[in-house]
Amino acid sequence: MAQVTAEETTGLATIAKDWSSDVTTFKGVPWGKAMMWIFLLSDTFIFSIFLTSYMTVRATTAEAWPNASEVFSLTVFGQAVPLLLIAIMTFDLITSSGTMALAVNYGYRREKKKAIRFMYATAFFGAVFVGMQMFEWTKLIMEGVRPWGNPWGAPQFGSTFFMITGFHGLHVSAGVVYLIIIAGRIRKGRYDNTNFEIVEITGLYWHFVDLVWVFIFAFFYLW
Amino acid sequence: MSSEVGQQHPLNLYFWIWGLLFVVSAGSYATDYMDAGYLRWALILMFMFVKAGYIVAVFMHLKYERLALIYALLLPPGVIGLLVALMAWESNYTWLTRIVFFGEVVEPERLPLPGAH
Repeated sequence: MAQVTAEETTGLATIAKDWSSDVTTFKGVPWGKAMMWIFLLSDTFIFSIFLTSYMTVRATTAEAWPNASEVFSLTVFGQAVPLLLIAIMTFDLITSSGTMALAVNYGYRREKKKAIRFMYATAFFGAVFVGMQMFEWTKLIMEGVRPWGNPWGAPQFGSTFFMITGFHGLHVSAGVVYLIIIAGRIRKGRYDNTNFEIVEITGLYWHFVDLVWVFIFAFFYLW
Repeated sequence: MSSEVGQQHPLNLYFWIWGLLFVVSAGSYATDYMDAGYLRWALILMFMFVKAGYIVAVFMHLKYERLALIYALLLPPGVIGLLVALMAWESNYTWLTRIVFFGEVVEPERLPLPGAH
């Protein structure tokens, strides 16, 4: 590609030019990876604000907070197991994180086929997670949980639940689509001239989704 | 160039951390069988931070990055601690006010709707 100096570009193009000019703060970190990290940092703030609002709402309500351990229990062979579905979802998400880490590793080893296969596996576990979440939502909605009320106590339970898990589920769904798109591009040879850092960038997003779940699991389901 | 950019680590490292994540998650889930109290809350937080730490440090490779990136990513979220502290302080007050004003009050009788007998 021909070198274009800063003076030759005009208008909106100068913005991209300046941001991508050859000045590196984060040594050894590809441009795309730095940008993904910055995006994840902003996403951290969004989820932190959600969880902080949840804390505030739960701490200020004069009514009793529904017992998550009972609300999210599943009956297996006539016995109620607390948080069973949530536990399975947690382990499913860790499994997907592991397969993603392997995909990144194989990407840097230039073993394209294995990297692609593990990315598809990650997408599969992500889709399973979203499926279980849909089941969970359906169950709660049928039991009468609404954003403005529920049968067990403080009405804010529903609004925070749908907001936080919904936003997280949206992230997982977007991640599944993202993984499939990138895996397809790798297969077509789009990144053959790179170090396959694209797999790590995709992986950063995916691990972040798992990371957020760690906090949701601790604060919303266990607390 | 290939030696400068990227993260190359033995596969064993990932399997090791993967296994640890399962163990920590199991520990986290086990706290649900405990009675509520300071011990349980402390364990929930401990398992949470350990698990988050493993994911960020190893799976996201932050441990192997240069300090410039590590600090750029870890310092800003530190401010969230301040937000949480402020909100916790404020919500204490809100809760007390609500108890004072609504707590002991018996639900007033509903006004008859227009047209109802």
